[in-house]
Amino acid sequence: AMLRASLRQVSAALKEGHVTPTELCQRCLSLIKSTKFLNAYITVAEESALKQAEESEERYRRGQPLGVLDGIPIAVKDNFNTAGIETTCASNMLKGYISPYNATVVQKLLDQGAVLLGKTNLDEFAMGSGSTDGVFGPVRNPWSYSRQYKEKSVPKSHSEDEESNWVITGGSSGGSAAAVSSFTCFAALGSDTGGSTRNPAAHCGVVGLKPTYGLISRHGLIPLVNSMDVPGILTRCVDDAAVVLGSLAGHDPKDSTTIQENFKPFELPNLTDVSKLSIGIPKEYHAPGLSSEILALWSKAADLFKNAGAKVIEVSLPHTRYSIVCYHVLCTAEVASNMARFDGLEYGHRSDMNKSTESMYAATRREGFNDVVRGRILSGNYFLLKQNYENYFVKAQKVRRLIANDFVKVFGNGVDILLTPTTLSDAAPYMEFIKEDNRTRSAQDDILTQAANMAGLPAINVPTALSERGLPVGLQFIGRSFQEKQLLTVAKWFEKQVKFPMIQLEEVKRHDHGVFRHQKSASFS
Amino acid sequence: RKVTAEVLGQLEHLALVDFRDAEGVERLQKAIRFADQLQEVNTDGVEPMDSVLEDRCLYLREDDVTEGNCTKELLKNAREKVEEYFVAPPGNIPLPKLEDQETFLQGS
Repeated sequence: AMLRASLRQVSAALKEGHVTPTELCQRCLSLIKSTKFLNAYITVAEESALKQAEESEERYRRGQPLGVLDGIPIAVKDNFNTAGIETTCASNMLKGYISPYNATVVQKLLDQGAVLLGKTNLDEFAMGSGSTDGVFGPVRNPWSYSRQYKEKSVPKSHSEDEESNWVITGGSSGGSAAAVSSFTCFAALGSDTGGSTRNPAAHCGVVGLKPTYGLISRHGLIPLVNSMDVPGILTRCVDDAAVVLGSLAGHDPKDSTTIQENFKPFELPNLTDVSKLSIGIPKEYHAPGLSSEILALWSKAADLFKNAGAKVIEVSLPHTRYSIVCYHVLCTAEVASNMARFDGLEYGHRSDMNKSTESMYAATRREGFNDVVRGRILSGNYFLLKQNYENYFVKAQKVRRLIANDFVKVFGNGVDILLTPTTLSDAAPYMEFIKEDNRTRSAQDDILTQAANMAGLPAINVPTALSERGLPVGLQFIGRSFQEKQLLTVAKWFEKQVKFPMIQLEEVKRHDHGVFRHQKSASFS
Repeated sequence: RKVTAEVLGQLEHLALVDFRDAEGVERLQKAIRFADQLQEVNTDGVEPMDSVLEDRCLYLREDDVTEGNCTKELLKNAREKVEEYFVAPPGNIPLPKLEDQETFLQGS
């Protein structure tokens, strides 16, 4: 099961010559083609990927691979600039825009020999929590087609079932999550501003890491909220996330918001003794709308740590309930500013209107942006009006400090890691999800994830168990600033305990013949 | 407390995007109502937070030219250009006043 292996496993296989980079690349490209119905990819860079794979193969032949990532097929969310490859942000505004440069994180992956398969689908300009609002259409959660989900759904007729019952990936990095989840790549880049990496990770049953703000360069990531955006990492297991983190983290002279301390890549220890650990359970994360299933899983997880000897205590982050409102104001304000660059003059869509500069700008933006983007720009501009600036923007900045301080207090009192749910429920069927508008959905879905972005803290989704509907549910760990090693070590221990089941997809079975067999053992739920 | 037509017009002008229809305006009204919840929080004596990295100095590099000379690359993505210039329609022409605009706002 080569395609279903972890990044580290397949890397070892490449090194030992069990598989070649071109073979691996071709298999992935072929699987992408046969899973096209997922709509996870906007652009598949077949030619350049095969070329990269050939170059990697040459290096392996000479016995000089660049590192663990050499020859590994990866995918990148379509809001990262990729030289020579279209970067659209799933918007009409950037259709046809060919990046003249690579985002730093993309360059780093390529420098390590990774093979870039393509750009993944998202909500337009990363605004949304469903990956349903991009111009290329919604992304389908691979679990919609899993045996586990089909077994649990009441079949009317086989075809009707699949067509109307499919569930969303969550968002906004839904394409990247779906790509990793359906085995078309071994790691993918997402972005995380309010939960956009962790949310789809939870719904698609993959690991989603949001690093500390300032650890990974944002140069080349088309910005949404400069003070909160981070590149996110999606992989099939925690160890893989650590590998990718190791190749991406560190100061970038092109992004002055990256910290200057030297970053030392690490391998995760196999933690056996958790007795020195203090796990905090923030009571406010028992949010309205949290499904009883997830509540039970969260509680079970807490018990797991307790029974293993860790100190598990209830803590309070009192300003949690204001984090969504605060985020709403700060996000729209920064969006209003960041979207101002799209005027049709230097890149992207340009309207035919040419009566005046301003009318051209207005028409270009009218034609290029969807309702969600335009709505946020207008709201943001409202909050930034002179008469509103103090009461909304500055007020929100003050509330942000209170939210960040809540975490400082809790970590200062000896808590090492916080354990919370990632989402309120398992993935909703698309038909259900679109009944509410984007802003309402985002407000609901971001509630458990976005405080970590406010405070700049590292957080990770670990797939935990399957819901009654046969869909993935994940739990979130939030750590101290720049303590990714501790965060991932605990996450890895937890991952080992819960033994989340592998997705059973017909498409993949047909593509995959190989030596690896993934152990199937009793699962957590 | 409804947003006045004057402010709506001002916003469209500042943002250079339009509300498009009554739904768009209602969306703003909802957003404002939502944001008003912030007033419930006591922020006396609290300093606004610009960045979570406020305790650190931003990195500033030396003012040395290390890259550039990519005019051709950059012009590739522009639709209207002449030699090494981006071409814009005439400037200094203000957008038509609200009363003259054919937006739905006229109807309200």
